Amino acid sequence: MSLQDAVARHVRDGDVIVIEGFTHLISFAAGHEIIRQRRRDLTLCRLTPDLIYDQMIAAGCARKLVFSWAGNPGVGSLHAFRRAVEGGTLEIEEYSHFGMVARFSAGAARLPFWTLRDYAGTDLPRANRQIKSVTCPYTGEALATVPALNPDVTIVHAQRADAQGNTQIWGLLGVQKEAAFASQRVIVVVEELVDERVIRSDPNRTLIPAAIVSAVVVEPWGAHPSYAQGYYDRDNDFYVGWETISRDRAELAHYLDEFVYGVQGRAEYMAKQPRLLERLKAGEQRCAGVNYGF
Amino acid sequence: MATVAARELADGEVVFVGIGLPNLACNLARRTHAPNLVLIYESGAVGATPSRLPVSIGDPALVTGSLMVCGMADVFQLFLQNGRIEVGFLGGAQVDRRGSINTTVIGPYQRPKVRLPGSGGAAEIAIHAQRILIVAKLSPRAFPERVDFVTSPGQRVAKVITDKGVLERDAASGELVLAGLYPGVEVAEVRAGVGWPLQSRPRLGRLDPPTSTDLQLLREVLDPQRLYLKS
Repeated sequence: MSLQDAVARHVRDGDVIVIEGFTHLISFAAGHEIIRQRRRDLTLCRLTPDLIYDQMIAAGCARKLVFSWAGNPGVGSLHAFRRAVEGGTLEIEEYSHFGMVARFSAGAARLPFWTLRDYAGTDLPRANRQIKSVTCPYTGEALATVPALNPDVTIVHAQRADAQGNTQIWGLLGVQKEAAFASQRVIVVVEELVDERVIRSDPNRTLIPAAIVSAVVVEPWGAHPSYAQGYYDRDNDFYVGWETISRDRAELAHYLDEFVYGVQGRAEYMAKQPRLLERLKAGEQRCAGVNYGF
Repeated sequence: MATVAARELADGEVVFVGIGLPNLACNLARRTHAPNLVLIYESGAVGATPSRLPVSIGDPALVTGSLMVCGMADVFQLFLQNGRIEVGFLGGAQVDRRGSINTTVIGPYQRPKVRLPGSGGAAEIAIHAQRILIVAKLSPRAFPERVDFVTSPGQRVAKVITDKGVLERDAASGELVLAGLYPGVEVAEVRAGVGWPLQSRPRLGRLDPPTSTDLQLLREVLDPQRLYLKS
């Protein structure tokens, strides 16, 4: 299925959506497609909104943001996010990383909430009334609770999957497994489509099973400017450059015009930047391999 | 600051590493007096040995050659909440008299003057790591009497490593006090950078300048592009 079709079919106005991936494997391709299809009133959830949600906020897709760390990693601020929050035009619901991870864990296990030992002495529960507490029935200890997060759609970028959607990821795993299992619908975007035999040759590497996947899309370099371990490096220069672009509304609008609205998809986006391939293509570092025999 | 922070780490300790200067400090310690330091990044890399300075906490170089890569649910539940982290490194826009850190907002939460990134893992790191080290530059704005918002509580803060000296949390009073000065720095300079009447330990510790090996490692090996080093 094309990314255009997958987004048209599975992402609707007003949806609660998750594009996960902690620094690694962030589906910019899907975010850009959602911007192109002009989805509105979305509740965007992610631990780290990153540049992709900054772009979606700037493009007017978001009504609300649910998050735990909203910065440009190693660089500074997400300026579209900051303008929206400081201007009061974006609703926010804020947790810590552990809180967000716990929300996905509850959602994935289809429990109403998750308990964690957290938030004592912090102002976060006062800022977000959804952070509550419960008394442990065994020990009497007060434990923090966060509600389950069950998105309408979760979009995960991965190194490879088979046509059915059995999806393999290596490198940083983030919270993609929990987010996918918590979701009503799951779109998987991959660098490579592989035969089912490849998946079966190394089943421990499968993070997301076909049973929970709604659509599989092949989109090489779909995570740029984030990265895909073993395929291409993170484009740190782009992250640094985003500081200048996102500070200025006009520059940001110009960026969206050229690299999002101005292209039909990833292939065109990549064709505009031919030097990315040589600059970011990953080197070789093979693992030792294991014996699955019995 | 990076060398002073590095010297706070003992060989074999398990450290939850933040990005920026803490990351530089941990990798300096690993290459000098603490080769068995175990670096854990919240992104899921355990026992990382990054061959380049990671710009982000999720850099691919943290994965290549590490001992273990796990999901973030495991990082927070099985390592942090389980009590396996000995040292946690934190930074912040504001640090107050009691060692509480603010990385959330300047001004009121609902109408912020400046919206900062938020907690990330900082709330739970401050609650679960056995010993917290803070790295921050002194200024009255950065060190107010009380932070505008408590992102991370200060109870487990051991030391605050600044650009002029080191503060410690006094066990009896619960407040930060001056514990050591860099060579050539006067007590008054540190007091001028803090928004409350700063108490001092009766005897201030001596903080030695970086050795030539430290400087060579920092400038030529760890941060040749000067991402975090200023000079």
